[in-house]
Amino acid sequence: MFTPKHAILAASLLLAATAGVSWAETPHLGKPIDEAAIANWDISILPDGTGLPKGSGTPAQGAPIFAEKCAACHGDNGKGGGAAAALVDDRQINGISASQKTIKNFWPYATTIFDFVRRAMPFQMPHSLTDDEVYALTAYILAENKLIGANDAMNAETLPKVKMPNRDNFIIRFPDRI
Amino acid sequence: MARSKSTSQDRDMRGQALEAVAGNGLIDRRALLGRGMMFAGAMSTGVGPAAAGAEPLADDPWSLEIGDPMSPYQVPSKFEAKVKRTLSNPNNEPRNSHARTPHHLLEGTTTPNGLHFNINHGGVPNIDPDKHRLVIHGLVKQPLEFTLETLSRYPLTSRVSFLECGGNSAPMFSPEPMQETVQALHGLVSCAEWTGVKLSTLLEETGIDPKAKWLIAEGADSPHLSRSVPVKKALDDAMIALYQNGERLMPGNGYPMRLLLPGYEGNMNVKFLRRIKLVEQPQLSMYEARTYSQILPNGKAYRFYFLQEVKSFITYPSHGMALKGPGLYEISGLAYSGTGRIEKVMVSADGGQSWAQAALQEPVLSKAFTRFRMPWRWDGGPATLQSRAWDEAGNVQPTRTEFVAARGELTKPPPILGFPNQHYNSITSWGVGSGGEIKHVYA
Repeated sequence: MFTPKHAILAASLLLAATAGVSWAETPHLGKPIDEAAIANWDISILPDGTGLPKGSGTPAQGAPIFAEKCAACHGDNGKGGGAAAALVDDRQINGISASQKTIKNFWPYATTIFDFVRRAMPFQMPHSLTDDEVYALTAYILAENKLIGANDAMNAETLPKVKMPNRDNFIIRFPDRI
Repeated sequence: MARSKSTSQDRDMRGQALEAVAGNGLIDRRALLGRGMMFAGAMSTGVGPAAAGAEPLADDPWSLEIGDPMSPYQVPSKFEAKVKRTLSNPNNEPRNSHARTPHHLLEGTTTPNGLHFNINHGGVPNIDPDKHRLVIHGLVKQPLEFTLETLSRYPLTSRVSFLECGGNSAPMFSPEPMQETVQALHGLVSCAEWTGVKLSTLLEETGIDPKAKWLIAEGADSPHLSRSVPVKKALDDAMIALYQNGERLMPGNGYPMRLLLPGYEGNMNVKFLRRIKLVEQPQLSMYEARTYSQILPNGKAYRFYFLQEVKSFITYPSHGMALKGPGLYEISGLAYSGTGRIEKVMVSADGGQSWAQAALQEPVLSKAFTRFRMPWRWDGGPATLQSRAWDEAGNVQPTRTEFVAARGELTKPPPILGFPNQHYNSITSWGVGSGGEIKHVYA
């Protein structure tokens, strides 16, 4: 009888063959787990918005959160002066130093802001912000950089549509390795 | 600075010819092979330094008493206390932390585990191995969860591989040579034997949806560090590493498990690995969209550099050391390439005017440290020592002029601990002064 398990095996075998992977008997000790059980860990946001959660936030909602949780390191209004990089900066890239990179002049996708803030910030309390707070902080940073309007709400629909100025300025170093 | 002294033939202590193979005292590498016999011959024929005035040998105190008890896990002699990593953030302030390998104080090709370089982005996590999980999901046929115990029952494989931070050697972007040791300049690369499970084995078990072109690897550390890796690399030589030089991974190197991508930028070798998600498009995480994209002189930027390209540097003699008088020295250094084995290393003692081929210490392994050695008779005059490596794929380490023409340089020296740019693989030059002192120079 041809069961779903057989189908998986057959597909794997086919894939192994097409990918040039040698097939050897393996222990099969991995425990099946469904995506629902992984949801809390599944925090990757892709540039097209894949993975963005429900929720929403505006620059006005982000301002007090920023003052409370971010300004100590990133400076008042994100303008720097603390231990961590400025987040609001109008400079143009001048020279090859990484110190020239800012969100406005370098970051190609606004989704990266959401992704990084949610997984890694605040530094001493990572992954502690609610999705609404992350949207609000992302909106605040984008608005302070004049990349969105002062009243624009960021959510799963609007965030991927933000056009970052430097998006088309990258060269894939070794395309044949992708 | 080049001096073309034509001492075409020198003589060793048996009176045999040591053939000069390049300017300023470089001697044919084959002279290394007979060196043991050279000294034996010198003894038997009574030729050698005069022995006048030597103190009679006596037992030292340690030869006259019982020594210390052994320790369950031994550490180096107290006399080796200076052989240690330099820390960029010893007080664990809320920022990245780096520990650099002291290559100028090490030999061979294996970096001891306690001296392997580390970079961590939110301290070193204290992970209970019994509670750690690795999940593989996304565009797979069957998402699976693994524990350290179950992974340890898989067929294990070992390979030697260097690991290098994409920002290693960043001070070399300075417009003037920074007077720093090999450790400060090139300490963010190390080499170990890694043992673990081939990632392709686990992906055979999950199955891969043909739409999957990338995987996102993510750690269990506080920044939940994540990087996108082409499935192509995952099916080639990627490993879930569980052991480092025979013992479990060091905490700072990713305990209890990490992704190992031989030859690829260190940051992609995600430590504390807890999740692999197969996807159609790369994540453009902060580390790939910003940190590990490099600004080019024309204002554009590289993305997905991945490769740590062919590189070498001389570790002995090097900055901060002083030669103790003219005579025979062995120049020694490290070469490695993310695209395969080292094919050859050329060494110059006259700032690149003439070159001689160095001896490569076996074994020469793909994507691993290779130790090169070059006999050199220093005549006491100025010299500029350089090494230049070729790999089996035909790639050659660029000269500094070539490198700067393509990648640019800074307008002023950067902070020594900074990362102004990345993927620097050009030649390092050590200037030897007439007093034997060694400085970092551009030549």
